Amino acid sequence: MTEPVIHNPVGAAQAARLPEKARSQWRDVWDQFRTHKGALTGLGFFVFILLAVIVGPLLWDIDPKYIDIRARNSGPSLAHPFGTDQLGRDTLARMIAGGRTSVSVGLMAMALSLVLGTFIGVLAGYFRRLDGLFMRFTDLFLALPLLPLLLVIILLFRDALRSAFGPEAGIFILIVGVIGITSWMQTARIVRGDVLALKEREFVLAARSIGTPSRRMITRHILPNVMSPIMVSATLGIANAIITESALSFLGLGFPSDFPTWGRLLFDSTDYLQQYPERVMWPGLAISLTVLSVNYIGDGLRDALDPRIRGR
Amino acid sequence: MSTPRKLVEVRDLKMHFPIRGGLLRRIVGAVKAVDGVTFDILEGETLGLVGESGCGKSTCGRALLRLYEVSGGSILIEGADIAEASPEELRRMRPKMQMVFQDPQASLNPRMTVARIIGEPLLEHTSLSKAEREERVYELMDQVGLNRAFANRYPDAFSGGQRQRIGIARALALNPRFIVCDEPIAALDVSIQAQVVNLLEDLQDKLGLTYLFISHDLSMVRHIADRVAVMYLGKIVELAPREPLYSAPLHPYTQALLSAVPDPDPAIAARRQRTILTGDVPSPANPPKGCNFCTRCPQVMDICRSVDPEFREVAPGRFAACHLLDDTVSASGHGPGRGAQDQKTNQQGSMT
Repeated sequence: MTEPVIHNPVGAAQAARLPEKARSQWRDVWDQFRTHKGALTGLGFFVFILLAVIVGPLLWDIDPKYIDIRARNSGPSLAHPFGTDQLGRDTLARMIAGGRTSVSVGLMAMALSLVLGTFIGVLAGYFRRLDGLFMRFTDLFLALPLLPLLLVIILLFRDALRSAFGPEAGIFILIVGVIGITSWMQTARIVRGDVLALKEREFVLAARSIGTPSRRMITRHILPNVMSPIMVSATLGIANAIITESALSFLGLGFPSDFPTWGRLLFDSTDYLQQYPERVMWPGLAISLTVLSVNYIGDGLRDALDPRIRGR
Repeated sequence: MSTPRKLVEVRDLKMHFPIRGGLLRRIVGAVKAVDGVTFDILEGETLGLVGESGCGKSTCGRALLRLYEVSGGSILIEGADIAEASPEELRRMRPKMQMVFQDPQASLNPRMTVARIIGEPLLEHTSLSKAEREERVYELMDQVGLNRAFANRYPDAFSGGQRQRIGIARALALNPRFIVCDEPIAALDVSIQAQVVNLLEDLQDKLGLTYLFISHDLSMVRHIADRVAVMYLGKIVELAPREPLYSAPLHPYTQALLSAVPDPDPAIAARRQRTILTGDVPSPANPPKGCNFCTRCPQVMDICRSVDPEFREVAPGRFAACHLLDDTVSASGHGPGRGAQDQKTNQQGSMT
């Protein structure tokens, strides 16, 4: 059966060429990603932030909770490059410690809401029977008044989680969970819409005519094609999670007041906005730049994952 | 040649899509896309299925592979009923029947390489190792005339004709007996159409395939099909071997359809008298009472508006659904004993 057929204009003309070596898809993705200047800069900055919050405490070993009341409200100096706050705590050390919490809350909460949102969205879009139920459930969550809900959740679970995982880990799990389960709805809606449209495409019909079962249909044909909206949701989700965490800390529902996060630092500094404006700048800048870099990474990744854009 | 075996037997196939309306989304009606279709496909033959846009050709083809849940009727492929099969049985029957789709752009997943697309059926239905699968994919690419070097490219890197070849290779992967070609050439350039059709014919000769070839291109169907079925508004109005159908169509709709085929010779084209149908195809959600074609038929009679003509064998091997071919009716009513040939000339004389 291997002899060439008669009507073989393409093969006949170029039969001498050897098959191209199978290239790893991730190599192609990386090659395309590298051509996106913004994404590359974003990735660089994000890696820098990650290194700073992970390795930073080893290099800058001032305890962020150490109160040096005589050095309070000092401006930038060699001893305190970012200055100190009203209690004389070193701002750089607090920025590093706060970044660790903020970035991990952002990443974890984003991951949680993404998994939830994609799961609900794909199931609702793919299985018609689940659509009504899941989408009304989504509407229900969208309609819930967020702040009272958060208050109730935190009051109900704070003490239990604290005693189970320790005060900081407990609050961390609580915050991530609370942000995750209150922010998946947009993702679910966008993903559902895309899945509904994809489901009618002929390649899905073709896969069905082959006999591909639903679970593999979703992982092989649906999910890779809804990557773009998921990617966009993910990058916006990190920003959203960092900001929500700040708001929660500000309301006293988040981490304890002596536990630094970028949001906490920002809100603490607003009291001194007129006397020491630079103190607002550091956490503000850190939040904005992190969010911006993640958005650029998402943008580049979305382009790199799309074979239609790749290579041009 | 001995009497060929019937590979596919379709009996009274119905495919109705519900129309929902009102606040509670109740079912208020149905689009009768395919409404009682009966035909057989013999082993090794090509059955052409023609008709205008929206007459239910594609739906019929897809229902045949149970890509839709059929509303009624039975589909037997090698004696096994597709319409009633459980999902697990259906999955086991899939390798026997495959489909080539109309739009080669839309029928290939843009995020999979050619090798993965062609290899997907193998992955689902065989236990070949990775290397064996790769070998089979290359073999298939040779068969459809694709360069092996392109195995790791994505579909967007190919032209329409090449994409259609990928689609054909995927359909061939499991050595099917029966392939539904759903307008495989409609989205291609004329020069590429010939290539793809010739490829399909070559493959049929070599692999003994059976095709249901859905198309609205009458000339192409004449070229490739052994028998032709003409569909109008969800029903088959005429089914006959190719030559008799093209030389002496029985049903008024087939006559009108054939008279719409352009003739390359301007002298003949100028002398030709065409049957031009007036009006539009009625909505399949609300088909007319009686014969579906009665609103546009140039030879409509009273009985056509009240009684649905039966689809029956009017001459050996030729099936049609028309009251004009009904001896009792034509004897009692309009112009006794009009044969098919006279009918055609009469009609063309009266239509200018």
